Amino acid sequence: MGERLQRNVEDLHLSNLTKKFGDVAAVDDLTLTIPAGSFFALLGASGCGKTTTLRMVAGLEDPTSGRIAIGEKDITALRAFQRPVNTVFQSYALFPHLDIFENVAFGLRRRGIKKVEPAVNAMLELVELAPMARRKPTQLSGGQQQRVAVARALINEPDVLLLDEPLGALDLKLRRQMQIELKRIQTEVGTTFVHVTHDQEEAMTMADTIAVMNAGRIEQLGDPASIYELPHTVFVANFLGQSNLFAGTRVATNPGMLEVLANGVKFLVPTARNSAPGDEVIVGIRPEKMTVLDIPDREKVPSGNNALEGRVVDVSYAGVSTQYLITLAWGQNITVFEQNVVVGDRSSVGDQVLVHWSPEHTFGLAGGETLLATTAQAIAAGV
Amino acid sequence: MRWIRRHFIGFIAILVLVYLFVPIAVVAVLSFNNPEGKYNTRWNEFSFDAWTNICGVPGVCDSFVISVRIGIISTLVATILGTMIAFGLVRYRFRGRSSTNLLIFLPMATPEVVMGASLLALFLNLRFPLGEMTIIIAHIMFTISFVVVTVKARLQGMDPGLEEAARDLYAGPGATFRFVTFPLVAPGIAGAALLGFSLSFDDFIISFFNAGTVVTFPIYIWGAAQRGIPVQVNALATLVFMIALAIVLITQLVGSRRRKMLEQEISRKSSSVDALVPKS
Repeated sequence: MGERLQRNVEDLHLSNLTKKFGDVAAVDDLTLTIPAGSFFALLGASGCGKTTTLRMVAGLEDPTSGRIAIGEKDITALRAFQRPVNTVFQSYALFPHLDIFENVAFGLRRRGIKKVEPAVNAMLELVELAPMARRKPTQLSGGQQQRVAVARALINEPDVLLLDEPLGALDLKLRRQMQIELKRIQTEVGTTFVHVTHDQEEAMTMADTIAVMNAGRIEQLGDPASIYELPHTVFVANFLGQSNLFAGTRVATNPGMLEVLANGVKFLVPTARNSAPGDEVIVGIRPEKMTVLDIPDREKVPSGNNALEGRVVDVSYAGVSTQYLITLAWGQNITVFEQNVVVGDRSSVGDQVLVHWSPEHTFGLAGGETLLATTAQAIAAGV
Repeated sequence: MRWIRRHFIGFIAILVLVYLFVPIAVVAVLSFNNPEGKYNTRWNEFSFDAWTNICGVPGVCDSFVISVRIGIISTLVATILGTMIAFGLVRYRFRGRSSTNLLIFLPMATPEVVMGASLLALFLNLRFPLGEMTIIIAHIMFTISFVVVTVKARLQGMDPGLEEAARDLYAGPGATFRFVTFPLVAPGIAGAALLGFSLSFDDFIISFFNAGTVVTFPIYIWGAAQRGIPVQVNALATLVFMIALAIVLITQLVGSRRRKMLEQEISRKSSSVDALVPKS
């Protein structure tokens, strides 16, 4: 595989890509550069246009407008079988009438390569399926079939490997195993992987870069940690992990710090972490960044921290953490995760508590009450 | 009695099989008969005459050859056309698709007498001379429906992702058809062709209307039945049955042999593999 690493891999460019089915735009004016050799995840709920994007790159779907290029080479007009791109299909789509060896050799043979044995055997070795070469796909387990699908695509040394929900059909344990396996293979071959998934955990585990898609557009792009720590839209804040969000109004701007008033409570948001352009700001905080205290311990709250009072309505113990559901004075429920560092000493249902967190974890988003409500509904419906 | 009760299902199964196979067995047994009079209905004495001199009665073998020829030609044409229709109906959305789907069923539902009679009327009106050609046209017409239905079922059961995968793996339209679509649909097409041939070979009613002076095998037997069926007919019928049986047996044997070889290979190799061995 050594020479493969030195191969000149190039970036994949999507420019103003649009795909309409009737009047509905499945993909809406998408512009995106996927860096060569990266493990890139397109993350979104079903129907967000991620699979359509992938199929356009594969050449299985014609874009309504826009262009697709690898490096300088425009491939928009090329047919699927002419593109240096291969796909791992969601259903694997292994040829049932051919054995594993012939499945993997298919692409090489179609390109008129006569001597396929060394390459096929090396590839079967890479996915650890060499002893299965003469079996038919139906005689393999789901995980093995998945690896054959990867081998069959990778053997062609594509510029870009597309993976369409490749782990969707596997059970949880096997999925974890395959996530690691795919990551290993990607590191080994150095090909650009574009991975489509609706599973945010899968995307975060495997990808270097995640693009969160919603309604045919990209909401946010970045590495998993930065997207999670600093979401830019309400959709991302809710879709990638959980967030507690409060719609409010900017009341003051101090150096480096914003003051936002929501439901009569004042929140501090660092200016650098605010993406709202106007005075309407949604204040957000991740559940694990918050700390729960009893009311009498009020003086333990560091000065300058954001704080809220509420009543515990549900406590669920989940081993590593405890999840609290807390109702605030204006009826909103928030979620707080607390690490189970200390044994015992947990708040229980009915307790009045104080929740506080450092402003440095707080983020500000554009939008108001209505956006909060509609986004929550959309995510609930889509997943 | 207790034995019967305990093996009740097997007992019934044997009864049903006897019911199905006794008529065929009678035909086969009587092919070795040397009948006393004109009618080959009562066992007289054993003889190989009909088998050693299978074409001994005038017309028997001629009619047999005619039927085989008609069967092959009409099956070939009907299979090609029917397969193309099936692809069209499954793969493309076009105006009149649903009505075509419905009309394709019509020949199967129409009584043969009606179809035979109306085809005859058509040929007479067109002043088309009756003969082998008219029989072939009629046979293609009704076998096509069966081919379309069989191939369509196979095509609909096929994962459309397989052809996309082929296209993705550098197979152009021709190569995709040759290496993926056709091999996957082929068993359906072969089944349709066998069905078509047997329908054509033993058709009597429609052929009889449109045969003119041509005598097919079923028409020959019908005619002979008036004067006593020659033993050769039994011999030929038995032969056809044996050939059909042989085809079925060979496919079964080849299939199970391949499966066995595969299982051996798997058990040989699985010692070095941590993976699951399939239950099948």
